[in-house]
Amino acid sequence: MRSVWALAAIAALSVLTASTTTLAGEPKQGGILRMYHRDSPGNASIHEGATYSLNVPFMPVFNNLVIYKQDEAQNRMDNIIPELAESWAWVNDNKTLAFKLRQGVKWHDGKPFTAADVKCTFDMLMGKAPQKFRQNPRKSWYEQVNDISTNGDLEVSFNLKRPQPSLLALLASGYTPVYPCHVSPGDMRTHPIGTGPFKFVEFKANESIKLTRNPDYWRKGRPYLDGIEFTIIPNRSTAILAFVAGKFDMAFPTEVSIPLLKDVKSQAPNAVCVVEPNNVATNIIVNSSAPPFDNIDIRRAMALSLDRKAFISIMFEGQGDVGGTMLPPPNGLWGMPKEMLETIPGYGPDINANRDEARKLMQKAGYGPDKHLAVKVSTRNIPVYRDPAVILIDQLKSIYIDGELDVVETANWFPKIARKDYMLGLNLTGNAVDDPDQSFYENYSCGSERNYTNYCNKEIEKLFDVQSQETDVAKRRKMVWDIDKKLQEDVARPIIFHARTGSCWQPYVKGVTVMSNSSYNGYRYEDVWMDK
Amino acid sequence: MFAYLVRRLFLMLVTLFGISVVIFFLLRIVPGNIVDILFAAAGYVDPADKANLEKELGIDRPLVVQYWHWISGFLRGDFGYSYVSEKPALQEILPRIPITARLAGLALLFSASIGIPLGVISAVKQGTRLDYALRVVSLSGLSLPSFWLGLLILTASVAMFNQMPIFNPNPATWLEAFATYAVPAAAVGFRSAALTMRITRSSMLEVLRQDYIRTARAKGASDAAVNYKHALKNAILPVITVIGIEAAFLIGGLIVTETVFNIPGVARFLVEAIRWRDYPIVQNLVMLIAVVVVSANFIVDMLYAVFDPRIRYTD
Repeated sequence: MRSVWALAAIAALSVLTASTTTLAGEPKQGGILRMYHRDSPGNASIHEGATYSLNVPFMPVFNNLVIYKQDEAQNRMDNIIPELAESWAWVNDNKTLAFKLRQGVKWHDGKPFTAADVKCTFDMLMGKAPQKFRQNPRKSWYEQVNDISTNGDLEVSFNLKRPQPSLLALLASGYTPVYPCHVSPGDMRTHPIGTGPFKFVEFKANESIKLTRNPDYWRKGRPYLDGIEFTIIPNRSTAILAFVAGKFDMAFPTEVSIPLLKDVKSQAPNAVCVVEPNNVATNIIVNSSAPPFDNIDIRRAMALSLDRKAFISIMFEGQGDVGGTMLPPPNGLWGMPKEMLETIPGYGPDINANRDEARKLMQKAGYGPDKHLAVKVSTRNIPVYRDPAVILIDQLKSIYIDGELDVVETANWFPKIARKDYMLGLNLTGNAVDDPDQSFYENYSCGSERNYTNYCNKEIEKLFDVQSQETDVAKRRKMVWDIDKKLQEDVARPIIFHARTGSCWQPYVKGVTVMSNSSYNGYRYEDVWMDK
Repeated sequence: MFAYLVRRLFLMLVTLFGISVVIFFLLRIVPGNIVDILFAAAGYVDPADKANLEKELGIDRPLVVQYWHWISGFLRGDFGYSYVSEKPALQEILPRIPITARLAGLALLFSASIGIPLGVISAVKQGTRLDYALRVVSLSGLSLPSFWLGLLILTASVAMFNQMPIFNPNPATWLEAFATYAVPAAAVGFRSAALTMRITRSSMLEVLRQDYIRTARAKGASDAAVNYKHALKNAILPVITVIGIEAAFLIGGLIVTETVFNIPGVARFLVEAIRWRDYPIVQNLVMLIAVVVVSANFIVDMLYAVFDPRIRYTD
């Protein structure tokens, strides 16, 4: 307990240090920001990836039409600011989102940026362009977009099938850069061309990624840094030691785990570290198309057996959040309030009572002290997956379920899930944008490729659409809470916890803001500078 | 001797052909391919997109066709393109080879220069405290995994000197270059040094009991002359053989050491390529290693015949 308080004090002090030091002094120009990178991304094309191993190093190369303010930790609709768009407006009964574009913006190869580039990018994302992405993981984001129309070089409109206010939030994600028409998707994978504050120099797989300052950046005086160099160090111990020894100015964002944070602070007391939720939910995927989990009683019993606080206590020394599908408040904008959450079966504070109820359900299904249910708990062979899976197996014992860990290599994970060759799976779901449209449609809508459990409830599907069109945020929030509650009661994809992770940098690095409700949207780095 | 040479050359080609078949088909037996991994990174699987990508990479074609495409390209020096980086495979492989070669060479040097003298001392001082101490050192060398030793070195250097020996791709001075390789080479070479030491010690002990050693002492030869001129010269052959075998085994230790010290060498690259199922990289790299090992074996066998008068190869 003492260690939890000590860690909380360190984190609070770090946040205080971060905010005060960021405010101190005038920004200085120059310097190469040296950062380690946790893993070699497959390629450099943000639109084809779904991991922040990719968008952390390449987001500085690009601009979006709009972006979440990079110096505010919480992504909100009211802190979306223009980038390649100068302004926007909802017209045509909120069925058209019209943008006026910035004049005089150039791609890194000197060619002019125009509205045609915006059309090209989104046509490709919607699968309507002659050129195709090899992979297109966020195609579902644009399902309500009928087409994109341009008016000259500086006006572009998104014409929707029905109003979807959250489209602007999706366009502000780090995953939504504008690509140039004149560069092929293949070239964007190996040598990306953007309009952003930094130009791509080199990507050596498993070795390094180098970016240099874009001297012609449209935002005058930015960026402050001369460049950014990422050294790829997959071994986390080596990377942290190198950061502690001062070889790097920054640790890879959100990659310092809570237990490791204490080591960093003890070995490098001057380092500035912040702990934030990363909007990655650890959850259980259930194969409800085959016995035994086709029985709703067994699914509910499993949900009732969960002691979520125990997971957070063991894995994160108490630093984590209990919630439903949406990230809980205060960092999350759409998560249910605690009182409402605790009315959902399995979320109540009395774990013993929950488990008594779970055992009754198991007995109803024919299991008991003398007849245990044997299940395999499949998960990826990565500690953040494996560790909670082990705790889950331990907790399931309390309701007559004997779990066996089935560790699956990453290459086989999605094919295995897709062919329904599993009983229970321990899964991690990262939400790119803290918005229900992203989470609900991607993970719970019928037929979505990322709906791994094939959960399909037509009634809830209708509610997805109703909330999606609602422009009154307060009203929409209440709808979202009700939907989230239903998803948990249906045991669609039981959420165990929402993780928090640490980000650290040296005290002379200024202007860094770690997003508090997303892991994917805060890496433009044009306001970052070094006081040395 | 000429017929033997021809026969060995023929066997060498057969071996390499066998290796190429084994590598190719073993890689295909491993579940999952590059497309599965790319989709895992993208977090979804779309059967149509997947099929398109498999076609684009040519991994939808019959295995025999794929094998012929690869092996004929390899023989022409066309190594194809990396599936991951989309750059020519040769361009990805070649710059990494000297890094690992330097590291391996230094590790072997470390192994021999530490292991042989300490092994001799341990044998000569058999049963003394020094011998026991050296045996503990060699036992620890065999017991400590190189990744653990590497991390121990890194942790100690940060804790004691606040320094971290991170790989420097462009060393300005000779000293910097040495510093880049010396510490990881010591970490990986320690196990090898321990083995060399044990083999040297036991080989020396056996030789020191021989009659000709007793004769040399009886004739009044000094201890140094007996130990180093007479005994070591005769005890060294098994040691050299072990060092040769160790050179082949070194690749395993180098994978770990390159990971821990973050050295962008060929060993770590190979593991990463296997993780991604980057067939063009894995196949060509393993074949290159196989060519080197098989050729080295061939040359060593030939050298045995040349230098050891007791060994004579006949048809």
